Amino acid sequence: MYTEKVMDHFTNPRNVGEIENASGVGTVGNAKCGDIMRIYLDIDEAGIINDVKFKTFGCGAAVATSSMATELVKGKTVNEALQITNKAVMEALDGLPPVKVHCSLLAEEAIHAALWDYAEKKGILIEGLERPKSDIHEEEESVEY
Amino acid sequence: MEKKIYLDNAATTKTRPEVVEAMLPFFADFYGNPSSVYEFATQNKKAIDDSRSIIAKAMGADISEIYFTGSGTEADNWALKATVDAYASKGNHIITSKIEHHAILHTCEYLQKHGVEVTYVDVDENGIIKLDQLEKAIRPTTVLISVMFANNEIGTIQPMKEIGAIAKKHNVLFHTDAVQAFGQLDINVNDLNIDMMSASAHKLNGPKGIGFLYIRKGVKIRSMIHGGGQERQRRAGTENVPSIVGYGKAVEIAMATMKDRTEKELKLRDRLMKRVLEEIPFVRVNGDKIRRLPNNANFSFQFIEGESLLIMLDMNHICASSGSACTSGSLDPSHVLLAIGLPHEIAHGSLRLTVSDEITEEDIDYTVDRIKEIVDKLRKMSPLYEDFMKKK
Repeated sequence: MYTEKVMDHFTNPRNVGEIENASGVGTVGNAKCGDIMRIYLDIDEAGIINDVKFKTFGCGAAVATSSMATELVKGKTVNEALQITNKAVMEALDGLPPVKVHCSLLAEEAIHAALWDYAEKKGILIEGLERPKSDIHEEEESVEY
Repeated sequence: MEKKIYLDNAATTKTRPEVVEAMLPFFADFYGNPSSVYEFATQNKKAIDDSRSIIAKAMGADISEIYFTGSGTEADNWALKATVDAYASKGNHIITSKIEHHAILHTCEYLQKHGVEVTYVDVDENGIIKLDQLEKAIRPTTVLISVMFANNEIGTIQPMKEIGAIAKKHNVLFHTDAVQAFGQLDINVNDLNIDMMSASAHKLNGPKGIGFLYIRKGVKIRSMIHGGGQERQRRAGTENVPSIVGYGKAVEIAMATMKDRTEKELKLRDRLMKRVLEEIPFVRVNGDKIRRLPNNANFSFQFIEGESLLIMLDMNHICASSGSACTSGSLDPSHVLLAIGLPHEIAHGSLRLTVSDEITEEDIDYTVDRIKEIVDKLRKMSPLYEDFMKKK
């Protein structure tokens, strides 16, 4: 069901943990839907993401997308991190099953939420960053029988 | 093949070698169509009748009351749709429970779209149907009560005798989905006043793709599959002879081994439950502790999600299942776990383990050891656990 890369990132997730006094923390998703992602960013004065950690409650794809997302933003500038889309996360994992695409959206949202928190704490405006949605499932359809 | 520990016997079971052996001659040797007149085919007819007789006897029914179907799901569909059809002059109301299998629930949803009224009766925190609510739900237009014998997820066994008595008192037909119970529990359709009962072969070490519907003599029920005159003209289609033969063999063995087998399963299951409850914090058992299928254990591990747990168990060659949304292909976790009152996040962290008599104590111990490690690993990754520990 999952690609080798997804399995690799699920079983050996990179950057699991917390950052004390993080520059930005973002939590998205909800327990009702079965996935919650939290991303911690440590951003230096030059706007470079020096460190990133995550914690995720969710399925294999949720853990793998969080792990991959942290790898993708590490060492990047805030603006570069903002450009990382769910598609990029999925591609880096060699794809996700269709029912798991929302996990990659959640990862993108988690990065945005952490950046939003950083911007709020610093009192700056990051161009192109919108207030993150807390629930990414709003627009999904239900199955009819 | 690498050794695997198969703890998903509620999903399906291994077809017993004796069953396979009984089936084999009916593929290439005795392949005649049972409806044909010549001698070569009539022995197939006899083989079907022998199986039907074994199954009827196992539940106190008459041979003429067993109708083979392609699955338990088909039997459920048939029981509901055809009863509604046949008793339309009496009414259009069905009563069922909130924790039925989807074969019942989705059929009910379909029927509702076609004008049938359905009452879904609540269950208590252990999954036992609320009998007072059930009785109150009966209307003059109620044509059928359908309540599962034992639940596939949490293993809870329903008070069948009481439900049967209520149905009889109010002159309403009583159907039960006994897919999980048949072959595991003693069932007598007369003692329990069951009018219709669905079952499936692959849950009791028989082949997949064969089930039956028991229909008590006198119950009006229409045919759902139209065609030839098979199954007393109620279920058309050339009989699946090898599978019917296999089903008979599986039931024969299941009935003969029931006592010893379930005793062994109980012992294994209880060891599993005891160790998990004693050795892992923040865990609960779902389902009734006593009125429960002997092979079923169902846990909820707080702060973690079921699919992650399943994949990690799978990497340790342990086969299990979960009521998490991710495993159901929808966003909601198991309707059964929600109906017994679990909050969503607890329902997402559920794990069902169903043992068989081929499992050993060593298998159970190995499994518990792995669960402990995996739950610990996933909790260390969980923001819910982090928040909980910080609040403490």
